[in-house]
Amino acid sequence: MRDNFLRKNLVTALLLAPATLWLVVFLVLPFIAIAVFSVGERAPEGGYQAAFTLAQYANLPARATAFWNTMVLAPAGALACLLVAYPVAYYLALRAPERWRLILLALVVIPFWTSLLMRTYAWMYVLGGRGIPALLAYVGIEDIRLINTPGAVLLGIVYGYLPLMILPIYVSLERLDRRLLEASADLGATPVSTFLGVTLRLSLPGVMTGFSLVMILLLGEYLIPTLLGGGKVFFIGNALVDLFLQSRNWPFGSAIAITLVLVSVVVLIAANRISTRLSGARRVDLM
Amino acid sequence: MRAFVFAVFAFLYLPIALVVLFSFNAGHHASEFTGFSVQWYGKALSNPFLVEALKNSLFIATTSALLAALCGTAAALGLQRVGARTRAVFDALLGAAIVVPGVVIGISTLVALVQLFGVVNPFLASLWPNDQPPRLALGYGSIIAAHGLFSMALVAMIVGTRLGSLDRNLVEASSDLYATPLTTFRSIVLPQIMPAVIAGFLLAFTFSFDDFIVAFFVAGAQTTLPIYVFASIRRGVTPEINAIATIVLVASVLLVVLAQWQLRQRKPSR
Repeated sequence: MRDNFLRKNLVTALLLAPATLWLVVFLVLPFIAIAVFSVGERAPEGGYQAAFTLAQYANLPARATAFWNTMVLAPAGALACLLVAYPVAYYLALRAPERWRLILLALVVIPFWTSLLMRTYAWMYVLGGRGIPALLAYVGIEDIRLINTPGAVLLGIVYGYLPLMILPIYVSLERLDRRLLEASADLGATPVSTFLGVTLRLSLPGVMTGFSLVMILLLGEYLIPTLLGGGKVFFIGNALVDLFLQSRNWPFGSAIAITLVLVSVVVLIAANRISTRLSGARRVDLM
Repeated sequence: MRAFVFAVFAFLYLPIALVVLFSFNAGHHASEFTGFSVQWYGKALSNPFLVEALKNSLFIATTSALLAALCGTAAALGLQRVGARTRAVFDALLGAAIVVPGVVIGISTLVALVQLFGVVNPFLASLWPNDQPPRLALGYGSIIAAHGLFSMALVAMIVGTRLGSLDRNLVEASSDLYATPLTTFRSIVLPQIMPAVIAGFLLAFTFSFDDFIVAFFVAGAQTTLPIYVFASIRRGVTPEINAIATIVLVASVLLVVLAQWQLRQRKPSR
């Protein structure tokens, strides 16, 4: 009996060992490493010198533009995504003909899993000098500059993260009990008040999941501002690439990264609170 | 509303379609389509740097996805056998591995590995006093490990979900009929979770093959296809890039469709 118990535990331990090792060595330890770096000093030749100082955090305003751009464009981008995504998710979950639903859903999932680099590149192509501006010049509208503007970055953000916003909203709408909608209509509610009071309210967990996921990924975005903002719209991601790969100020970069993670955690907690408060339900998981 | 939804789908697919169309353009100019040609594919595939980057990406994606499929499945199975508290800790870590932005994963892995190599390399050098000592450096290994982190968490979640909807009665019936745990696993559990494992592998492969930002930090002297493409895009848009982009897009679409199809295979009815 005792033997059996031991063997069972041994099997469990063996099954979990590789994942544990991986998570500890490539997630937990690296996180501890940047936390330690963030209170250190920059060595004269670049890299890290051991210290205990909050100077790196005090220096954060030096990158205020990157923080400002990210803190404005990330929520704005997530909101724009939400406004476009909600009607699509609503249509897919509640209005689309049964036999089209899976195909349409697949058409949403596919871009989610295709290279963000390639998809952003496609917009460089469309917005660049030989794309839409060339077409506009053809019909007589000259000198329109589309690429390398904050607007182009916002467009790229909506394009890149739309599928990630649609999916959780779709999941929460699809689970919605249709009888509630009928009941609401039977009780004399107008379609608008049914939507606001029942549909929107019950899909809030999905909305908050989508919003917080998109927002967190946007906080670390690098490709879209680099390719569509053309070095004019800097994000925190750009600051991190600069500090780690070019100017090699690792302690300062680590302080920025830790700040980024803390902001992400705050976003997640806030999103969770809001959806629990408003709908009494917890966040929707994507998988 | 329908019109709006179709406009959104057009918005999602038109830019991609344009890239695919112009990859077959005979002319050099991006604004006019002058005729059908596959010359840019030929150009792309005879570029040795590009082919090298493509090979690297294929190797890294295959290895990291295989490791992720094995370790992630093992973890999902193991998590079925532990208490709620251990499970919660694992779920939080796996969730973090998925949600933490790639840029943070990239830099923290870079920092940790550089520190680790700083300790290990002198030690290795002291063990090989005369010969060329082996030196650990950023490269294939670090990219595979960093990609594998996300992928493993992804596989663990997908397989975990499938395990959760597994019919427990079949497992109990099997052991009541005196099947050994291993036999039960092989003939009941494994066939049911296999589609999820394969889907996880395919999605992990796609993720690794497409990832730019994590690899950008931990690649060291190696080049992956996205890193190569990023560098050439910054030098300017060329029809050659359209051809590579088309190849990558078609490959990922095929893999995702295959993964989705696998996930729907033998799904327990609701």
